[in-house]
Order: sequence, then structure tokens, then C-alpha cells
Amino acid sequence: MSTPTLYRSIFELPREEYLSPGHGLCAGCLAGTIVRMVLKAAGPNTIVVTPTGCLEVSTTPFPYTAWKVPWIHVAFENAAAVASGIEAAVKSLQRKGLIDPSKKINVVAIGGDGGTVDIGFQALSGMLERGHRVMYVLYDNEAYMNTGIQRSGATPFKAWTTTTPIGKILKGKIQPKKPIGEIVAAHRVPYVATANPAYVIDMMNKFKKGLSVEGPSFIHVLQPCTTGWRFDPRYGIKIARLATETAMWINWELENNEVFRVTVSVPKRKHVKHYIRAQGRFNHLTDQDIEEIQKFIDKEVERINKMVGREVIGPIVE
Amino acid sequence: MSSEKKLPGWKSIPMAGAILKPGNFAERPTGDWRVFRPIINQDKCLRCLICWVVCPEPAIYIVDKSYRTSGGREWKFTLEIDYNYCKGCGLCVEECPVKAIDFIEEVK
Amino acid sequence: MNNFWMRIPLTSNYAAAYAAKDVDVDVVAAYPITPQTPVVERIAEFIANGELNAEMVHVESEHSALSACIGASAVGARVFTATSAQGLELMHEILFIASGLRLPIVMAIAARALSAPISIWCDYSDLMATRDASWITVIASSAQEVYDSIIQMYRVAEDPEVLLPAMVAYDGFIMSHTYEPVYVAKDKAPILEYTPKNFNNRYRLDPENPITMGAIADPNWYYEFKYQQVLAMRKAYEVVKKADEEFGRKFSRSYGFIETYKIDDVDTAILTYGGLYGTVQETVDILREKGIKVGAIKLRVFRPFPQHELFNAIKNLKHLVVLDRAITFGGAIEGPVALEIATLLKFKSLDINLYNYIVGIGQRSVTEQDIIGIVDHVSKFIEKKIAPMESIYWGVRE
Repeated sequence: MSTPTLYRSIFELPREEYLSPGHGLCAGCLAGTIVRMVLKAAGPNTIVVTPTGCLEVSTTPFPYTAWKVPWIHVAFENAAAVASGIEAAVKSLQRKGLIDPSKKINVVAIGGDGGTVDIGFQALSGMLERGHRVMYVLYDNEAYMNTGIQRSGATPFKAWTTTTPIGKILKGKIQPKKPIGEIVAAHRVPYVATANPAYVIDMMNKFKKGLSVEGPSFIHVLQPCTTGWRFDPRYGIKIARLATETAMWINWELENNEVFRVTVSVPKRKHVKHYIRAQGRFNHLTDQDIEEIQKFIDKEVERINKMVGREVIGPIVE
Repeated sequence: MSSEKKLPGWKSIPMAGAILKPGNFAERPTGDWRVFRPIINQDKCLRCLICWVVCPEPAIYIVDKSYRTSGGREWKFTLEIDYNYCKGCGLCVEECPVKAIDFIEEVK
Repeated sequence: MNNFWMRIPLTSNYAAAYAAKDVDVDVVAAYPITPQTPVVERIAEFIANGELNAEMVHVESEHSALSACIGASAVGARVFTATSAQGLELMHEILFIASGLRLPIVMAIAARALSAPISIWCDYSDLMATRDASWITVIASSAQEVYDSIIQMYRVAEDPEVLLPAMVAYDGFIMSHTYEPVYVAKDKAPILEYTPKNFNNRYRLDPENPITMGAIADPNWYYEFKYQQVLAMRKAYEVVKKADEEFGRKFSRSYGFIETYKIDDVDTAILTYGGLYGTVQETVDILREKGIKVGAIKLRVFRPFPQHELFNAIKNLKHLVVLDRAITFGGAIEGPVALEIATLLKFKSLDINLYNYIVGIGQRSVTEQDIIGIVDHVSKFIEKKIAPMESIYWGVRE
């Protein structure tokens, strides 16, 4: 793929805003941060598709919209299908000269874990298989937040949600988090990456790369949710950072199904308890539960280090 | 019947729930959400832009205003919080690397 | 005028594909399902041969098919899709969104019975289940009518005062797979003159003019949007009429909202829709030879329902036999078209006896003999001066 010009510092980030304030996202909702950044990377020649979810509902209650680029919402499970149709239409109309063929129009789908990993999975897989030139950004707050914090396939192991409540017999989600990044990678698309708003330059460059490929790209972004994960809104970025520092969230990218990189190395890792104890949704976890999670993460770290060929994520020091 | 303004009807609204004015949410301030108010200490501020990046609204702007700190340092631009929109989430307060943003209780 | 056309043998499925080609669609997103598959296959062939310059999105389900059509139409592309039965049900949610977003999508339906039990054969249960989805609905009785109606529907759907999606239905298998001689355009130019493309007269996704489509509307707003749709559907009535008249002027073929056959001198007429109309016309002739005078009426446009035309056609009748090819379970009357007509009779204070026969369910054969039997059955009611209080299921085995 032709590498686009990457950002080296925050000062190089575009200043123009394509999301207006006044929207109804929760105070401290990192989806706002993430979307502002996506739009800066994509610019004004962008058509955005959003499935039903927090982002859609909070940014477009008639008669107000926060979007300054063309934007469409259709349903919950079809953002990838709608994006496919948009991409096909742009291609066809440009080929027929009905719209300016010299203008590159980005098609970006921005969906939550509900509309991407679960109900939207089929449409996503179809879009990836067909090879549409669409960048799909998944803002992952690890539950169906818009409808009030119900579990999704992306909810992590043992997390509290309203449908995986803490009771006498069952405590939290019993299944692990669906590895959507790896599933997308298995489709062998030109670019797949995970990103974290606490590492803005890394995240922005991944958006840039995603927008530059001739085919589908998928950027899985962690979005700590103050309302659903139960933490004071001011700690959003801090918790996002802890996710990477504990290796509970690894920032990687896969180019052309060939080159795999861990783009944020963690030479000195923190124990997962720092990440887990910072969130109310894990309040019920015993020290034993946390050790179980730590063992799982240790295995993951070993696997990733092996894949990369060197120790990009180091031992626990804290 | 009260004298409240009647909402526009089917004759004047665009069809299909389309909203024709991009970004018109800016007409609806969210500043009244605040319980705490962040205040940038312009003398301490290093203009690193991290607060501008993290703000979800955005309610922090990079403005072309020069500033001379009490220590004599000259800055060509300034970060300003738009209190019409700031929801008081505190992300900027927490992320500022030099703790240049104070977070005080909102007094109405 | 005859220079426009070449006459070739086509099935209704292929006629639909030719229509999509001749209106120069920009995007086709469709998923195969029996008995619609040849539509999709023929379009793929057109594109592969360069006869149609369009993007074909080989979606992974019908739900995605209509979703992709919405995305494409929202950008301003002219789109086409086709489906049947289970596919139509899978895209059911999106039908309402397509009409709610006021997008001029045109879809062909090879009418097929709904599962369960699963049936690949013809009846109109799939079409009737879309009644409330706010799609303009035309039911064709010949392959020529399929071709012509799809072309007409692009003009109607894209009219800035309408902007509602449209479907053109025809019998699965009975019409979709049988060949008839069809006049298709030799060249797209006259067709495109009849239905020119102009995406600038509607809202679309355009970076030069960024708008938001598909907002959430709370109780203060939703009602007004739905009312706009009501008015658009009412307006569609005039637009469908004008489009058909203009088609007639330009191309010497027009169809109207209904068609009547030998009803001027009768007390009793038989009303039906789709391919069965041909059989009813044949039966009318057979019965007349025997001295039994009946007439036939074909309902072509189901939505918007043509009250005016039907009223004029039936007002002097004493008995109206409605042959329905779908069931509305638990309805006041169990035939969906009979239900609409019963309402018409009441609204217009018409003193006409209504006899509803359910036929052709799951492609149970309906021949001239069956219709003769039905007319005979009706005559017994007329003799006894009683009207049946229920729909009658003709031919069901005990």
C-alpha cells in the first residue's frame, strides 16, 4: 500500500473540526474524541455511515445535527451494507461522469460494538469479502451502551452489565471478549488495526493508513465509557492508557495480511489489577478472579511477542 | 393555551428527517450540564494541545491570541475553553501534563 | 414509433432485468432467491458484457441488498433490486426505512408463498405482507407489463413530489419462468427521455452540501414526517396516472390502475390480480358462449389503492367476486384485496354483494374449470339470495 504522510506530533493534526459541540454525548464520552479525530484524518470529502447507537442518537436528534460532513443512519445492523452501497454508487456515478471523477470521496462507517460485532457482523463480513473501499471504525465501549449497558459479544470476561448482573449464582459475563480484530484480519483485507484514544498520534496514523488503502480497512478503537464502565468521567484517557499499559488492550496493525506490528510497545507492563480496580463494572471481582485474568493476559502477551519475533510487551513491573 | 412558540409543521420541515444545516447542534449550548468548571491557567499552560485533543465536544479552541506569561514567556496562540459547551467532564484537567487546569465547583 | 422496439421472447424475470438495463441503473444490489434468481443472473450477464454500466453489489443477504440500495440511492444513484418471499421478509425492516427516507428505489418481486411450511411456489402472501410499508405497488399480468411498469415506476418514484420507493410484482414461476413475446427498447435513449436521471431534485449525500439523513425524531416530530409520506402516497396517485398516460403517448402502451374486460352488460364481475387475470378473461369468454354473462376486472395498482377507478368500474354491478391469492389470517375478511374492496363498498355506499374466494395458495392450480366452478358456486348464493359471511377456500382438501 502507498503509505500516506503520517503525523509525527499533535501540532501536525488538522485544526478544522467536522463535529460541532452541543451534541448530547455523555460528559467525558470518548466517542466524541475519537470521532473528532477520525473526521480530521478523513477531511470534508467524506461520507459517514453510522448504525443505531450512542453516537447516532446523541449527534442527530431532529432538528439538530453535530455532523459537518454528509452523514446517514439507516438501521442497527447494516452500516457495512449501507457503506457498501454508498461506495458502489460513488464508483458508478464517477465512472459515468455524473459526479466529479477526480475527487476522492472517503466512505467511513463509524459503529459501536453492538452494531459491528453482534447484529452488524454479517453485513461487516460481507463488505470485507467484497473488498469495498470503506474504512470501518469500531468505537468499542464493550456493551450495548445506548440501550442502557447490556452485554455484547465485545463485553470482556467477568464484566458487569445489566444482562450479566452480579447475583448469587452468576457474576458477570461468562464468555470472553469476541476477538473481532482477528476475525476481520482473517478476511485478509488490506489494513486492520487496533487503536486507543490515549495514544492519539498512533490512532490518527492508523486512520490515515486505513483511508489510503485500495480496499476495506478496519480500525478497532477502545472507548472507555464513563457511564457503562462506572468511573469518574475525568479518568477516561487514563483508563484507556492503563488498558495498554496492562496489555489488556494491545495496539497492533496488520498491513496486507503480511506485516504485523505492535505499534505501542510496553517494555514495562503493569499488573491488570490497576486497570480492573479503576472500573466499577469489575467491583465484584475477587483477587482470584483478577489472577485468572492476569494469567490469560500473560498467555496473550506471550503469543503476541512470538508473532512479532521479539519482546514488544515486557514483564510486569508494577 | 400558553404562548409558547409552536414547532414547525409538515409543510416547512424537510422530508424524511433530513437535517440540512451541518453542525447546527452548535445552536444548543450544553454548558448548563456542568457541575465543575475547568479553568486554564494561562501562565502554566505549555500549549501542548493535549486538552484540545481529548475534549469530546469540542469545547476547547486553539485561538490566535498571543499571551505573555508572568514569567516573560511569549506565546503566539492560546487554548480557550468555550463555557457555552463545556460539560465539565474533567478530561482536560486530568490529562494536562503540567496540571495547568483548575477544576472548581460551578457557582451559578 | 415502432422503430424503438425489438420483439424478443422473455420471461417476466428477464423482462425485469431488461427494464433495469434500459433505464440505465447505476447500482444493483441483490441476493438470489427462487424464483427471482434469473433476474440477478441476467443483470450480471449484462454488466459482464458491457451492456449495462452499473456496479453490482453481490450482497450477502436481502437485508443487506435493500440496505446497500438505500446507501446508493442516498448518494443519488439509480438503483434496482429484486426478491421474493423469504427475501422480502428478511428486508422487511428496511422497507419502511427506504420509504421513510423517501428514496426512489425500484424493486421487482417474483411473488412467492411464505414459509412455513417452506414453499418456492407462487402466491401473493409475500407482497400482501408489505401493504403498510408505504411502497407504491404494481401487480403485472404479463411480461410486457413487467417491463413497462418497471420503467414507469422509475419516473414515478423519482418525481420530486413523490419520492417513494416502488415495487412491481408478478407471479413467481407462472410468469417469472414462462416466455412471452416482449417489446424491449433497441436503444436506451427514448427510455431515458421518458425517465431522465436527475439526482439534484432530492436530498442526497454530497460533500459539497453536507446533510444529515436518518435522524432520530422524538414524539414532537415523527408524526409530521409520516404525514408528509401520506401526502406523497396520495400524490403518487396522480403521478402514476400521468406517467402511464405519457408512456401511452410515447410508446403506445398503457395500463391504467385497473383493467376491465366485458363488464358493460353484466351484473356479476370477477376481480383478481397478477397472471390469473388472463385465465379469468378466458373463462369469461367460455361462460359467455354458454350464455352466462360475467365480466372481469384486473387490479393493477394496489398502492395507492385506486378507489376512483374501481368505483366507476363496479358501481353498476350487483355481485363482485374477488379472487384473492393470499390470506390475511384472522381478518374481518380473509382475502386482503377483498378487505380493501369491502371498505370501498362501504365508503361509496355501494349495494353490491361481495364474494371472496381464496385461490392459488402455494401455486395450487387455478384453471378455467375452477373459475367456472366458482361462478356456479356464486350463482347458488345469488339464487338463495344470501351472501357468504366468510372467505371461501376454493379447492382445499378436507
